[in-house]
Amino acid sequence: MNKSAAPVSEGEIAEIIKQAKAQLKPVEIKGGGTRDGLGCPVKTATTLSLAKLNGITLYEPGALTLVAKAGTTLKAVEKTLRAKNQRLAFEPMDHRALYGTKGEPTIGGVVACNISGSRRIQGGACRDSLIGVRFVDGNGDILKNGGRVMKNVTGLDLVKLLCGSHGTLGVITEVAFKVLPAPEREATLAIANLNTSQAIDVLSAALGSPFEITGAAHLPHNKGGALTALRVEGFDSQVEYRLSRLRKGVAAGLETRIIKGSQHDKLWRSIRDVEPFKNTSRCVWRLSVKPGDAPAIQQQISTMFDAKYVFDWGGGLIWIEIDDIENARANEIRKILSNFGGHATLVRAPAKTRLKVPVFQPAAPGIAALSSSIRKKFDPVGILNPGRMVVREPA
Amino acid sequence: MSMIAMPTPDQKILDQRQEIISALQAALPAGRVIHDAAEIRAYECDALTAYRCPPLGVVLPATTQEVSAVMKVCHQLGVPVVPRGAGTSLAGGSLPTADSIILGTARLNATLEIDTANRFIRVQTGVTNLSVTGAVEADGFFYAPDPSSQLACAIAGNIAMNSGGAHCLKYGVTTNNLMGVKMVMADGEIVDIGGAHLDSEGYDILGLICGSEGQLGIVTEAILRILPKPEGARPVLIGYDSAETAGQCVAEIIKSGVLPVAIEYMDRLCIKVTDEFSGAGYPDVEALLIVEVEGSEAEIKEQLAKVVKIANKLKPVELRESASAQESALIWKGRKSAFGAIGQISDYMCLDGTVPVSQLPFVLRRISELSKKYKLEVANVFHAGDGNMHPLILYDANKPGDLETAEKFGAEVLRLCVEVGGCLTGEHGVGIEKRDLMGNQYSAADMEVQMNVKDCFDPGWLLNPSKVFPLEASEARRSGAAK
Ligand SMILES: Cc1cc2nc3c(=O)[nH]c(=O)nc-3n(C[C@H](O)[C@H](O)[C@H](O)COP(=O)(O)OP(=O)(O)OC[C@H]3O[C@@H](n4cnc5c(N)ncnc54)[C@H](O)[C@@H]3O)c2cc1C
Repeated sequence: MNKSAAPVSEGEIAEIIKQAKAQLKPVEIKGGGTRDGLGCPVKTATTLSLAKLNGITLYEPGALTLVAKAGTTLKAVEKTLRAKNQRLAFEPMDHRALYGTKGEPTIGGVVACNISGSRRIQGGACRDSLIGVRFVDGNGDILKNGGRVMKNVTGLDLVKLLCGSHGTLGVITEVAFKVLPAPEREATLAIANLNTSQAIDVLSAALGSPFEITGAAHLPHNKGGALTALRVEGFDSQVEYRLSRLRKGVAAGLETRIIKGSQHDKLWRSIRDVEPFKNTSRCVWRLSVKPGDAPAIQQQISTMFDAKYVFDWGGGLIWIEIDDIENARANEIRKILSNFGGHATLVRAPAKTRLKVPVFQPAAPGIAALSSSIRKKFDPVGILNPGRMVVREPA
Repeated sequence: MSMIAMPTPDQKILDQRQEIISALQAALPAGRVIHDAAEIRAYECDALTAYRCPPLGVVLPATTQEVSAVMKVCHQLGVPVVPRGAGTSLAGGSLPTADSIILGTARLNATLEIDTANRFIRVQTGVTNLSVTGAVEADGFFYAPDPSSQLACAIAGNIAMNSGGAHCLKYGVTTNNLMGVKMVMADGEIVDIGGAHLDSEGYDILGLICGSEGQLGIVTEAILRILPKPEGARPVLIGYDSAETAGQCVAEIIKSGVLPVAIEYMDRLCIKVTDEFSGAGYPDVEALLIVEVEGSEAEIKEQLAKVVKIANKLKPVELRESASAQESALIWKGRKSAFGAIGQISDYMCLDGTVPVSQLPFVLRRISELSKKYKLEVANVFHAGDGNMHPLILYDANKPGDLETAEKFGAEVLRLCVEVGGCLTGEHGVGIEKRDLMGNQYSAADMEVQMNVKDCFDPGWLLNPSKVFPLEASEARRSGAAK
């Protein structure tokens, strides 16, 4: 077997995995390589690139359905959808800013890591849009689950299980999505100079309004003062209406302005991709919490060490940038989080740190045991991205 | 004799009935165990009433700890457990076997926490679907998944079946609105999965549990996402003289960029029967669409104008925009009472296959051909926006052979759904009803990997066995032969 294989078919992948299993030789699965820093480092002699397994296999705009092979670039998928005024609902984040990586993200990589963006609060996560997968498990068996229709409860939902499994349950070869119409227009109501607690209150009130907020972020370290952003979408008149209702309602008495056009797109790309933390060598944590806990979590962390923050999802998603000392402060951060609930992922840190600290939130014993037995069923000898999630490896 | 077989009950368990009941009584507060033959009868079937079997006994625990106690007893004594919510499953999901205990959620009916600032509600799973919206309505919120059975069905059953409703085109089904659960494992261990935060890292066990039909554990609590109520909503009725044109209209609306909250479809027979039943005032047409949009008054007007323009291009026989809240309610009353109305005139079997939207007209045509072949009438009523069909096959339960014919007819329709790129069930679940058709959609290996997952949760196959997977496929596991 090659050190680096780039198969062009599912059948070929199955053969490679069968051999790898027979020889007990683990493989690292690669899409576009743009998210190489995500998860625990994997060291294998062989990499399996999905880059050549690409192409959109089916696109029916009238049925809101798109099916693509795993190695298809996200760019190609988005371009195809844009031509028909449609889009992926979950606004996948691009990790190239955070990691400084090159290349093109693949749709398979997006699924393997369950990558979502700011619109997650309204349009759901990647796993919510995903309606079918084909994959090759650790035995080299070609399997499928779900399909190409958006309502499907036939059998156990392994689609969700594969999504976010970081290549440890199977080599994902094809993915099917429910897609959505793109809005005519998007615009943002920006509010200046709120502290985190005020900001979360405003975001929360807005998310409790009927105006279908699709982005709710707070940037405390914004140049020119803290910025709190509420994104609305729809057809022209609807966007105007929603902005004015928000302005007079949840933002009454606050200093506001409207952001539109390319400024608007730039702002949300920057939030989605956490651009405030690009080009630094500091560590980055990603916390998913109950939105209302965000101010207290920030407060507790700030009393212990210096950090920078980006809040998305109305406060439910906290990005934290800190120095790489004491294992990226993993113990402290997870200890603070345990007072609240939620999970903390070490998204950016040097490989040596990610080998010492669990990158993903350690699961409760019952769930960890379940996860490890599931892994063993899909990949009995542990050859698929071993160590990536530090779900205990099969003995 | 009907066609769906259930395995022979385990004689050893039947012989131990008294001990099992006593052990359960000892583990639970008084009054939680039902074992009187007459009282047990109430649990002998769900809404797939053609199949009935009284269970060994019934337990109605009131707390997660009590559920855990039940599971420990059953685990120790090797007794199968069939979880049951409100028993409205159309797939036989909560049908007992003679050697099983029914674990009902009727007493798990507390609302535990309402948090509108963080947009979730935490409930015990025995609460009804509608009561969840009821609990948050005054605060301006609602729980989105709205199965037509929402007055009766429990959140427990909704989670187990990953239920949908008329409004899921926009809001998604149960799995898209479920944030966390508390679950009792087959051996009685209690686990928490997910929470008031989004998207836990690690394997998506929550996603796996939703739609698992009681195969993986007993879900006792749920954290559900609640959404702010839209300012308003309004439907428009559009009638066409052919299914093709109606199908085309659906695709054109979706392509135009308007995303209605609901696009419902009814055919002539269904229109006639529901109209007589509900007085909805439906027009007499071949195909009727109900398209609903939401928003402020101006937003509604603008969206409806777009929908109406598309609809008019296709020359509808009838087009009626609702002009008042009463008219809207009446339009929906007909649709929501469709199953009940058909039930008044005949026994029926409700299919639930999903097909790609582009295949709807073809599949409808095939169904009407098959209807002639099998000499059984069919009424069609379904969620057209997502291709989730509900052909109702009318039959006479008292006429020997009729049910069998209906089942054969149904199986042929479901195979057709799979052939055109769809699936066996869009929201009702496999249960026993579609169990033996699973091989049409999935290869042996595809099913094996699903059963492998069940092994991880329920190694002894005591949770709702003999459902979902064809009996031959699960035989070794159920009889304990699998490692
Ligand atoms: C008139 C009518 C209309 C309907 N309309 C719709 C519709 O629009 N959309 C739709 O999706 N469905 C619909 N259904 C089907 C049915 O209502 C749903 O499947 C519902 O979710 C079942 O809920 P239940 O509480 O009645 O569950 P049950 O029928 O009691 O059980 C359903 C399944 O859940 C399992 N289960 C129950 N409790 C638990 C638990 N605590 N833990 C684990 N597993 C459990 C059972 O074992 C069974 O497999 C309709 C049914 C009827 C009769």
